[in-house]
Amino acid sequence: MNIYDLIFYLFALLTLVSAFFVVTNKNIVHSAFYLLFTFFGVAGIYVLLGADFVAIVQLIVYVGGILILLLFGVMLTNKITNVEIKTGTINIFSATIGVGLFSGALLAAVLYAPWKESSLQEAVPTTGILGNLLMNEYVLVFELLGIILLIALIGAASIARR
Amino acid sequence: MIYEFFYNLIGSEIIAGFIAASLPLLIFILPFALVAVLLERKVAGHMQDRLGPMRVGYHGILQTIADIIKLLQKEDIIARENDKILFNIAPVLVFTGSYAAFAAIPFTSAYIGANIDLGIFYIIAVTGLVVAGILMAGWASNNKYSLLGAMRSAAQIVSYEIPTILVVLTLVMFTGTTNLMTLSENQTAYFWNWNILGGPEFSLAKILLIPFMIISFFIIYISTLAEVNRTPFDIPEAESELVSGYHTEYSGMKFAMFFLAEYANMFAVSAIVSALFFGGYHSPFGYLGNTLGIEWLIPVEQFFWFTFKGVFFVFVQMWLRWTLPRLRVDQLMTASWKYLIPIAFVNLLIVGIITLL
Repeated sequence: MNIYDLIFYLFALLTLVSAFFVVTNKNIVHSAFYLLFTFFGVAGIYVLLGADFVAIVQLIVYVGGILILLLFGVMLTNKITNVEIKTGTINIFSATIGVGLFSGALLAAVLYAPWKESSLQEAVPTTGILGNLLMNEYVLVFELLGIILLIALIGAASIARR
Repeated sequence: MIYEFFYNLIGSEIIAGFIAASLPLLIFILPFALVAVLLERKVAGHMQDRLGPMRVGYHGILQTIADIIKLLQKEDIIARENDKILFNIAPVLVFTGSYAAFAAIPFTSAYIGANIDLGIFYIIAVTGLVVAGILMAGWASNNKYSLLGAMRSAAQIVSYEIPTILVVLTLVMFTGTTNLMTLSENQTAYFWNWNILGGPEFSLAKILLIPFMIISFFIIYISTLAEVNRTPFDIPEAESELVSGYHTEYSGMKFAMFFLAEYANMFAVSAIVSALFFGGYHSPFGYLGNTLGIEWLIPVEQFFWFTFKGVFFVFVQMWLRWTLPRLRVDQLMTASWKYLIPIAFVNLLIVGIITLL
């Protein structure tokens, strides 16, 4: 086992343990903060796989955006309006069936998917390649997504204007 | 290159990269914080027509060291109603966020912590940790002033990230790279090659670009000022309303960590602004090492200019602190959403069109 593997297992452990605490913790704010470490661990694994751009976007979007929004929501309801939010287990029977089916499907997908294997040892910067793909092959989808995001931004600004 | 030096010494590229990337703490952040805290107090003093710290050492030079010794000795208070785990993690998280940013900042042409291709976006991404840490500190303190301060701070950083990113996007579009090292390298050794003066290529576009580059610079400077919670955007710490915001409950070394993170952040944003617009580590007048033919002198000069530019912008931040009054919350949001973001957008489009010409 070399250092690369060691770091991979470190990130994997971080992701799994914090994800476990996210679902089992009774305090919802703690769950939200554990999610931070889960996102961070996933970003680390992306880096180890040579997907630098995806890792950075993972951090910007999930840690910088979604997690902060989540924390705001949880904190505003929890502390300021004094509403107790609790996480608990209900409907164990149906939940087990649903989770079992879903994890079975995931496991099947992982086991039987035709994974692309590459023998790439040196990590190459992916930004340029991704940019080329987005601007040539997937340009329509890309532009549409850009317009949707722009609309969201303009909408936020116009709501703030009132 | 320092990375190569460690690589030859140790033989493992991961460990070498790790050491190279973690160097700025010892060689830069700690000494800088020592100087900056004193500078802040001296600047504050002289701007208000008083002397600032004078007692410890010549003109108070050793004041910060005395303060550090004081902070080290202080009792580490954790109140009963605090959320102990989060309360202890928060300062570490905030400091990690601002420290990690230094890994992608080029100090000289010979040293950058990690020469990653996405340098500037990496820095924006790890700033997210600071926001999470601040929210954590505010919530774990279990104190309404801390929570309000944390909320304000997070809202402010998230809002002002948008104009910052738009300006960064403008520059990325103009220069065609997100690597801070390449970005600095391109603005070669004379000041008329800096991006604020339209970049290194001589053409009509260069002259046309100058006003828009100056606008971009002002936008990014204002929004980074808000991102590091400095006056006029210091409502998260507004002393007269919120005691001292999210770090009200902290004492001793944990407080010192917040303080260190704040000063590290101040320098980091100044360094980014100078790397984007003012040539990074490049000297404005060419190098003495080149004229004399002494090769090792060039990185030393570059380090000097890099520090000089960074400290200059930090000085401007301090200057503004004692010049401008604090904004109200609504004014703060107005400034970002109604003025900076639209201007940054239009600016992005115009720079794009001029670059295409």
